[in-house]
Amino acid sequence: MATPKAISRKTTDLGSDYKWGFVTDIQSDVAPKGLNEDIIRLISGKKNEPAWMLDWRLRAYRHWTKVSHEEPRWAKVNFPPIDYQDIRYYSAPVSMKGAEGLDEVDPELVEAFNKLGIPIDEQKKLTGVAVDAVFDSVSVATTLQETLNKLGIIFCSFSEAVQKHPDLVRKYLGSVVPHTDNFFASLNSAVFSDGSFAYVPPGVRCPVELMTYFRINTEGTGQFERTLIIADKGSYVSYLEGCTAPMRKSHQLHAAVVELVALDNAEIKYSTLQNWYPGDKDGKGGVYNFVTKRGKAAGVNSKISWTQVETGSAITWKYPGVILQGDNSVGEFYSVALVNNYQQADTGTKMIHIGSNTRSTIVAKGISAGHGQNTYRGLVKIMPSAAGARNFTRCDSLLIGEECGAHTVPYIEVRNPTARMEHEASTSKVSEDQLFYLMQRGISEENAQHMIINGFCRGVFQELPFEFAMEASQLLKVSLEGAIG
Amino acid sequence: MNARSETRNQPLLEVRNLHVSAGGVEILKGLDLSVNLGAVHAIMGPNGSGKSTLTNVLAGRPDYEVTEGKVLYGGRDLLAMAPDERAREGVFLAFQYPVELPGVRNREFLRAALDAVREHRGLQKLSVREFNKLHEEKAGEVEMDPDLIKRSVNEGFSGGEKKRNEILQMTVLDPTLALLDETDSGLDIDALQTVARGVNKFRSPSKAIVLVTHYQRILNYITPDHVHVLIEGRIVKSGGSELAHELESKGYEWVKKTVQSGSEVGV
Repeated sequence: MATPKAISRKTTDLGSDYKWGFVTDIQSDVAPKGLNEDIIRLISGKKNEPAWMLDWRLRAYRHWTKVSHEEPRWAKVNFPPIDYQDIRYYSAPVSMKGAEGLDEVDPELVEAFNKLGIPIDEQKKLTGVAVDAVFDSVSVATTLQETLNKLGIIFCSFSEAVQKHPDLVRKYLGSVVPHTDNFFASLNSAVFSDGSFAYVPPGVRCPVELMTYFRINTEGTGQFERTLIIADKGSYVSYLEGCTAPMRKSHQLHAAVVELVALDNAEIKYSTLQNWYPGDKDGKGGVYNFVTKRGKAAGVNSKISWTQVETGSAITWKYPGVILQGDNSVGEFYSVALVNNYQQADTGTKMIHIGSNTRSTIVAKGISAGHGQNTYRGLVKIMPSAAGARNFTRCDSLLIGEECGAHTVPYIEVRNPTARMEHEASTSKVSEDQLFYLMQRGISEENAQHMIINGFCRGVFQELPFEFAMEASQLLKVSLEGAIG
Repeated sequence: MNARSETRNQPLLEVRNLHVSAGGVEILKGLDLSVNLGAVHAIMGPNGSGKSTLTNVLAGRPDYEVTEGKVLYGGRDLLAMAPDERAREGVFLAFQYPVELPGVRNREFLRAALDAVREHRGLQKLSVREFNKLHEEKAGEVEMDPDLIKRSVNEGFSGGEKKRNEILQMTVLDPTLALLDETDSGLDIDALQTVARGVNKFRSPSKAIVLVTHYQRILNYITPDHVHVLIEGRIVKSGGSELAHELESKGYEWVKKTVQSGSEVGV
């Protein structure tokens, strides 16, 4: 077995504290730049996909070229036109070709994930977490397979699911986010390379957290992963998603799609720590994070809960929503979005109430520092069929400094008179009085700031699994370095 | 003159000719005060005389400008220290208006403060069990519901709970110099007695207390060694605990008149 090569670090020239910014020096199999039907055939061919899968991609591509002429521009974010012909739509570590087990995975890849704190080596695996590690366009390894197999839980890369579980994939792919949904969802449907797939059979409570860790490495590559999670009747699963990218001077495009389906009495808890490279302090570089995430609480008494901590990316554009179709179904959205320097975030949720007695809760916390612009945008829609529907929304904004902005854009559409809606919103600053109070008790200014900000995020952090909550709190601290004082 | 003559030791706190402005207005106009270990000083004065300014400047609150004078604490220049450093060195301010910290649990806050203070004193951090025991004991002393430790700091607390929480923090953090800024204001008689008990328990030869108040009421429960009258930014009269009673019956106008007539200044 080859000894692991040193991972080259190119962090100094960009002068940033983003500690996940290293580049892994590895040979990659990349597609030529540009997008056309041939590229889609190439991607599909690399994955040895069945014809139905290629057809689905091509349908999406044709829709994208003919119907979706350009990106949605209604969000409060600014970016120059993206040249979609200047992006690579496929990149895979060469060593991954035909790797059957982790023994055959390039040690450098294993090391890259170790360095990110995500060991994929079975001996070092995280307790209580099964990890699917995605590097550029492909899944590198999925851990804890045996434990999951015993319970009939399927957790694998999307590509593997297409091969081994085609019926499930065909049944649910595009059932929540159709290929016509929006510009980025269409693009993703055409070119998605990999992602995670999970299926939890009826009555099974998944005993471990399922986690996917996404890593963009190759320069000029877009990342278009696709995740599909199905919780069958009476099942439960908690899924975690983490992401980082090297520091690059150019922008990188990330356009993912996540679809969740919860059948009768099933529950899905989906947690994200999004820490893509945010760009430098002058706003150079950084990931464009244009993501479509949606869950369908399809069955009676089903529940889908989104928790997100968004600290990274130059631009974040995402609205993880829930279609509350089953009677008595529950949708939740807990979010912390932080912008610093020149980051922009336009994020929120969509709660579409269809079934009767459906309930949704939205708690969104926005933190703006530096020149950051932070927008909460959310839709709560009560359809005529949703008798007795209830929604509670709370949006809080915290401002640090004088140059940043916080914006709240709630859309509320009620078409059933029995619905009950509550909306609360606040905007505040970290006050001198609070800082002085903490410091008067001996706590350093830095820690005092951190405590106040953590306190502000409490209602969201408490929804995260414990270890993820600790990491989220640390991420906020690192992301705000230099913004305070 | 005052406390200094009682012992040959260096005073714990020495305020010399302190001039302080806020927003361009001079509030303290040459204040002198000397506080020894073991002593309780009450500073009384009408509204706007500069009482709270004094305690806040000593604790290091921003927004005040010291234009003249100096403050020595244990022989060191107190004004050169950052607020958190002063706190770790043993200066504690019980706030007149304790601040609410949404989402910051009392437990997390008090532990972080105690860890910082203990580390500075070269002591080990307390284990969860040790901390719980200490907290339970001290909460009992001020008749504070121990469950409040799970709540956000001061959020939704009654006026009395907030003040008791200040005294609880004081007894847990075990400072050397306690500055009590109108701790009696807004308290009913029961809460006042509880708070006073906490302060009396804290009182010891190794501590010093500077208690600022508008009313004599709290001094029925905490007997000061020294009483100072602060008017228009200066201490115009000092005496023993009997001075507080005299003030209560004769009012601040009486002091102003005696000062103006030139008699009995400074005692």
